[in-house]
Parts: sequence; structure tokens; C-alpha cells
Amino acid sequence: MTEELIIAGFGGQGVLLTGRLLCVAAMRQGKHVSHIPSYGAEMRGGTANCSVVISDEEIASPVIERPSIVIALNGPSVAKFESRIRPGGLLIWNSSLVKMAPTRSDLVLIPLDATDLSLAEGTERGANMAAIGALLKLKPDLVPMDAVEAALDEVISARNRKHNPVNRRILHAGYEITEKINAA
Amino acid sequence: MSKTVLMKGNEALAEAAIIAGCRQYFAYPITPQNEIPAYMSRRMPEVGGTFLQAESELAAISMVLGAAAGGVRAMTSSSSPGMALKQEGISYIAGSELPCVLVNVMRGGPGLGAIAGAQGDYFQATRGGGNGDYRTIVLAPGSAQELADFTVDAFDLADQYRIPVLILADGYIGQMSEPVVLPEPTGKTFEKPWALTGAKGRSKNIIASLKLIPDNALEEHNLHLQEKYDLISENIRRIDTYHTDNAEWLIVAYGTAARIARKAVDRLRDEGVKAGLFRPLSLWPFPDRELHEIARNAGKVLTVEMSMGQLVEDVKLSVNGEVEVDLYGRAGGAVPALDDIIERINSYERENHTHVQAS
Amino acid sequence: MSAKTIPMYKRPKGLTDVRTHYCAGCGHGIIHKLIAEALEELEVLDRTILIAPVGCAVLAYKYIEVDGLEAAHGRAPAVATGLKRALPDKMVISYQGDGDLLAIGTGETIHTANRGEDITIIFVNNAVYGMTGGQMAPTTLEGQKTLTSPYGRNPAEVGFPIRACELLDTLESPVYIERTSVHNPASVRKTKKAILKALKYQKEGLGYSFVEILSMCPTNLGVEPVVGADWVKDAMIPWFPLKKFRDRPEEKKEEKQAS
Ligand SMILES: Cc1ncc(C[n+]2csc(CCOP(=O)(O)OP(=O)(O)O)c2C)c(N)n1
Ligand code: SF4
Ligand SMILES: [Mg+2]
Repeated sequence: MTEELIIAGFGGQGVLLTGRLLCVAAMRQGKHVSHIPSYGAEMRGGTANCSVVISDEEIASPVIERPSIVIALNGPSVAKFESRIRPGGLLIWNSSLVKMAPTRSDLVLIPLDATDLSLAEGTERGANMAAIGALLKLKPDLVPMDAVEAALDEVISARNRKHNPVNRRILHAGYEITEKINAA
Repeated sequence: MSKTVLMKGNEALAEAAIIAGCRQYFAYPITPQNEIPAYMSRRMPEVGGTFLQAESELAAISMVLGAAAGGVRAMTSSSSPGMALKQEGISYIAGSELPCVLVNVMRGGPGLGAIAGAQGDYFQATRGGGNGDYRTIVLAPGSAQELADFTVDAFDLADQYRIPVLILADGYIGQMSEPVVLPEPTGKTFEKPWALTGAKGRSKNIIASLKLIPDNALEEHNLHLQEKYDLISENIRRIDTYHTDNAEWLIVAYGTAARIARKAVDRLRDEGVKAGLFRPLSLWPFPDRELHEIARNAGKVLTVEMSMGQLVEDVKLSVNGEVEVDLYGRAGGAVPALDDIIERINSYERENHTHVQAS
Repeated sequence: MSAKTIPMYKRPKGLTDVRTHYCAGCGHGIIHKLIAEALEELEVLDRTILIAPVGCAVLAYKYIEVDGLEAAHGRAPAVATGLKRALPDKMVISYQGDGDLLAIGTGETIHTANRGEDITIIFVNNAVYGMTGGQMAPTTLEGQKTLTSPYGRNPAEVGFPIRACELLDTLESPVYIERTSVHNPASVRKTKKAILKALKYQKEGLGYSFVEILSMCPTNLGVEPVVGADWVKDAMIPWFPLKKFRDRPEEKKEEKQAS
């Protein structure tokens, strides 16, 4: 198993943290992981992304040409990464914010009202958690839910750890609603 | 202590320096190594050390010279354009035989270039970018773990040989987070009777690279340095090999390029092609004899580098014309493509077969 | 209502019609526009060379419709010197940030001013290293937290924020030195006047002119654009007073005639 993910969104949507969370959870399961942010000039203008590789094998390059999975938390991220996803790949996109829906027919496209799910818990900063929830439902082999929940306490700084109960609820909300999308 | 943590390469290196007892760190910001000064600015006050953001790289390297002259473990880090500015101080440090650790998290050049990882400073690192006949030990990590391990090692090597030791990493290695087990301190200690601590109860010490009197002082000094470099060349032979035992096609690479080359070896072996990887872990001294031997057995060598023909020169010097050496280089922040490496080796296979059939 | 619309406000000819890479609320874009307007008004767009710094404004030459040149970090005044000496009838602008001008380039800054090179320096002081993600700058305020001053700038260890205008005002050669700001519309208008004057003096061959502009970097301050502008007013201006330090064109004209 090797999955190459790109997670993208506005600065402030917790894009880098999302990547680290998945990495730490998978690392604790004995997987090989790598995480690399986009950096420097690319950050100007307020968008951010990171590349995450999770694998049973040693990881060659942390740089991803053609991701197998993209989580796009805002419109510019869909525009930037849709075309780069491998045929048959997965695109989870934040339908609360994205106006132009992705169109490729050779992908699994999962619209997720990630920001709305987060707002239902009283914050707009948890869209990333909803997206991880959806991802875990769609890719059960990647990393189990309890590993991600445990990783939350390791990855989130002491100062923000008090938000973890909310994070967990949004995580589960994303997981649950994705099941419903699949069933429909 | 031996817990696995997810750490960014740059931060693993910074913490390893502290583990090694480095308490003096001077640097000027530059991408993609900014996490090192940011980390040090938080950590050094906690361990009673100095973090100082210098006004320039020129100043930072001379601050290192000063701290090292005091007999204290000191380090600076930078990336390519900043490293160019440090060459002045590095030459003086080499001439003055001072120990210190230098870090270059390389980005693309020439000039301002760009900030993505690259390996274009190989010549600058291994040939001595400053003036005069000098060498620095150059270590080439390929993961966050090795960044940490090599850093601890670098401080011991620097003290043992009174020489600057350069950690040469590319931006991808520095920026990537990976599982890391932080190294333990080695516990080695080194006497530094030459250090400038005030001439109390001993004759005075002077540290200088200027050698005027007698007339042949500078040549004598250079001969002495050369002897030291010969000794280091004998003692430091660091390599990592992968499937080289029965390899018929040998890839030589370091850093990020070597990670991809290693994957190419796996793929090629899956296809029945006997490929192997030779990864030099010290770039100076270059493990030439070791490479020569393995390359001779393999018969054909491909150098993969994120520069346009720098590492390949050392590879060619090592095999000294006995083995054919080809180059696959990418520049400006591009990463070698796995498929390209595989295709290149496969094309030798095809050529070779037609050749065999024709003869 | 007449069918004819009179444009009250339009893009100056000197400003390229592209989106800049600057963050929302950044001061660089405003300052670019003021330079473009001034160059247009002085009718020197076609004989001006802009030297971009290494800093967030590294691509400034993409946004201002004049010839553009890159310098190494901190070296813009030296590059400007070489170009101006080679082509004395051209207008040369060195655009620099605080790290560029007051840290790595301090030597060039002082010596170029001291020689009274016939160039204009536009110094954008945003109290931080913008491009590299928010490290301490020579102008970072006392107590200000940055990536490399996580406990706040401590003058006992790293000195006080450097005042560039005051420093250069100790030198004899400069013809014009002024500090302005772009935190609100009135101060933007004043900055425009200062830039115009500085460039006019260069056009007349009167020597070295220096305009320091207090500017905002909301991104590295971690605040909304409006708060960034308020911070310039409330935190920066008390330490960096807005002031004309030097303005002596007549003296320079006399010197010129005498020589
Ligand atoms: C020799 C060298 N050292 C360091 C850098 C990295 N660097 C790029 S911009 C910059 C500082 C920018 O700060 P400032 O001059 O204040 O400009 P701003 O981005 O704030 O406008 C630094 C340190 C470099 N490019 N070259
Ligand atoms: S980082 Fe600061 S100086 Fe740079 S573009 Fe953004 S707001 Fe402007
Ligand atoms: Mg600045």
C-alpha cells in the first residue's frame, strides 16, 4: 500500500497540521511516512499545501507529481490540483466553500460540506477534521480512526489541546456523513 | 529517550546539535533552512546557550570562528546563496585549524535561483569554495534521521581533526518530516590546549591563518594541513550500498536523488534487471577506492544527481576511465523521475543485447 | 447625468496590469503604485531602471513598467552605483526592505549615501523579514515577537531597532532624507510627495535621496490588514517618527554649479 496525498487550502485551515496528523497516526501503526509543506513564495497570497506519503515500503521522494488522493479545502485548491490526480484517484472537496465543482469523470469525487460540519460545532477552523473523517471512511486501510484520535493529542500543541473534544466530534461527523453519501 | 517522533529534517538537525553539546549558534535567515534558526531561538535559551541572528552570513561565520577559537562547540547553517558568502570565513577557519559544524540546506542556483531543493553546491562543498588549499569534511545525509545522526558525529569529527565539517543536505531533506529517533550524546570529550582562554599558567596561544615568518612558514603550514587531510582520507570512508553484490548496473547518488535511485533499484530488480546503488555518505573524503571496486564489478555506472554534472566528476575520478559512467542530472529544484532512471538503465540493457547479438 | 464618464482614478501608466503576489493588506503594492505615478508625472518612465531587492519585493520589476534589475541580498546600492556611474543620465532606483538595507546591506547603505551617489533609495520598513516568513529585522520593535525572537526582542541581547534616517542624517552628502508611512490615505499622499521629490532631485542630478516608508506586513504580524495598518500607527511611529530630516536642493545646486 502506498498513498500519495496532497492536502490544500487557505492558510489558517490547518492544512499542514492535517498532514502531520495523518503521518503521526500512520507512523504509530508502523507505516513509513513523509510530510513536506509547500514553502516560501508559494505561501504569499494565503494558500498552503502539503504532500504526504503513507506506505508499507520505504519512501523515495516526498515530492508528489501525481497524487492518488487530494483533499481540497477551498476553491483555488480544486483548480490547482484536480488535473494532477492520478486516474481512478480520490478528490475530497469542501462543497461549503468551493463554487466551481470538479468535473473529471475518471476520479472518485466526494463533495463534503466540511466547513458547515465544522460550523455546526461552533468553529470554522475544523473543516480539515471533517475531511479526515471522510477520508478514513473512504480509505479504511490507510489508518484507523482510533489511531487518528490518539494522534490528535500528540500533534496538537498543549495550548490548543482543549479543542480536541470538538476536533473529535467534527472528525466523526465527517466520517458519518460520508457513509451517508456512499449509501445514497 | 529512544522514542520515534515525527520531525522535520531541519529541526532534527537542530536538536541533534544541542544533544552534541553545541551551545553557540549563529546564522542569518534563508529558505529552506529557516526552521533551524527558528528552533534554535527557542531552544538555546532553554539550555543556556547562545542563539544570535547575525546581520549577514559573513558575520555569522566569523562569529563561529570566534566561538570556536574559544574552544567551544559552535555551528552555523544556511542555504546556497548564504553559503557563498560564508566561504570567506570557512577559508580562515580551515587555515586556523578550528573545529566547527556548518550546514548547507541546498536550493537551486546560480544566483538567487529558487527555493526548491537542489544539489548544485557539490563543487563548492567538496572543492573548497574559498581561497587557498584546504578541505572540509562533507557529510551527505539522506533522511531526517541521518541529518540528526550525522550532526552528532560531525561535532566529534570536527574536534578530533580540528577541521570544519559540513553537513550537505538538499532542501527536500531539510523540509521533509519523517520518523526520527533522536541520537544519544557520544560522550566523547576533546582536549583543546590551543583554545584562547587567557594565558593563565601557560604560554600564550595565537590562532591565525597569516603565516609570514619564516619565509617557508606558509608552505610548512600547508604541508601540515595536507598531512592531516591525508590522515582523514585514510580514516573516513563512509558509504551505504544497496544490492551492489551482484549488480550489473550501478547507480551512484546521494541525498534525495539516492532515495529515488534506491526505489529504481527495487523496480529494476522486480523486472529482473540486476541494479544496485552506491551512496557516498562522505563527499569529502570521497570513497573512491570502494566505488572503484564495486563499479568495476558492475561494469556500467549511472550517476543521478540534482545538478548538471558535479558528483559525476568524482565518480569518474574514482573509476579512472576503467568503467563507463553516464549522467542523469536534474537542476533548478527538479527531482529525478523514477521512471526516467529505470528507462535509462533499461536502455543500456537493450543496447547491450543488440551489441551482444551483433558481435 | 452626462453620458461621458470622467475617470477620477485610474491605473498609472507605469504600473503593469497584472495581479501582484503580495498578501492582502501589504504595503508594498501601495508603494509600487506611488513610484509608478511619480515616474509618470516626471516623464522618466522610459529612462528609469528599478533595482529590486531580495525580499518580498523581489519581483517589483514585474509590476513597474520600467527596466528592471536584480541585486544580491543587501547589495542593491552597490549595483545602483555601478549602473548610475556607467549611465549617468538614467534614473536609478534602489528599492529595499529593512533586512536588505539595514542588516546584510548596512555597509553598502552607508557608503553609497556617504558618496552621495545620484540615486534614489526607497526603503520599505515593515519591522520584519517578510519574505523568509517573519524573522526579526534590524527594525523589529522592542518586545516584538517574531520567528527568531520568540520571547520578544530583547535590546540587552540584540540591540534596539535601528533608525535608518537618523543614521544617514549624520552624513554630509545626501540631499534629501525623509521618513513617511502608508498606514492611512493621508500618509499615503505624503509618501507620494516624498517619492516625487526624491525622484525629481535625481532627475535634476542633485545626488542621493532616501525615503523611508513605514509599511505593514499583516501576514507576519498574524493580524487582519486593518490591524496591521493600526499597528504601524500605534507601535511603529512612536519609535520611528515621521519627519523630514534633510532637504537641501539649493546647496546641492550651488555645489553643482561651483564644480
Ligand atoms: C545571501 C542571502 N541571505 C539570505 C537570503 C534570504 N532572504 C531573502 S529575503 C530576506 C529578508 C527579507 O526581509 P526584508 O529585507 O525586510 O524585506 P521584506 O520581505 O520584509 O519586504 C532574506 C534574509 C538571501 N536570499 N540571500
Ligand atoms: S509577507 Fe508581509 S511584506 Fe511580504 S507580501 Fe505578505 S504582507 Fe507583504
Ligand atoms: Mg522587512
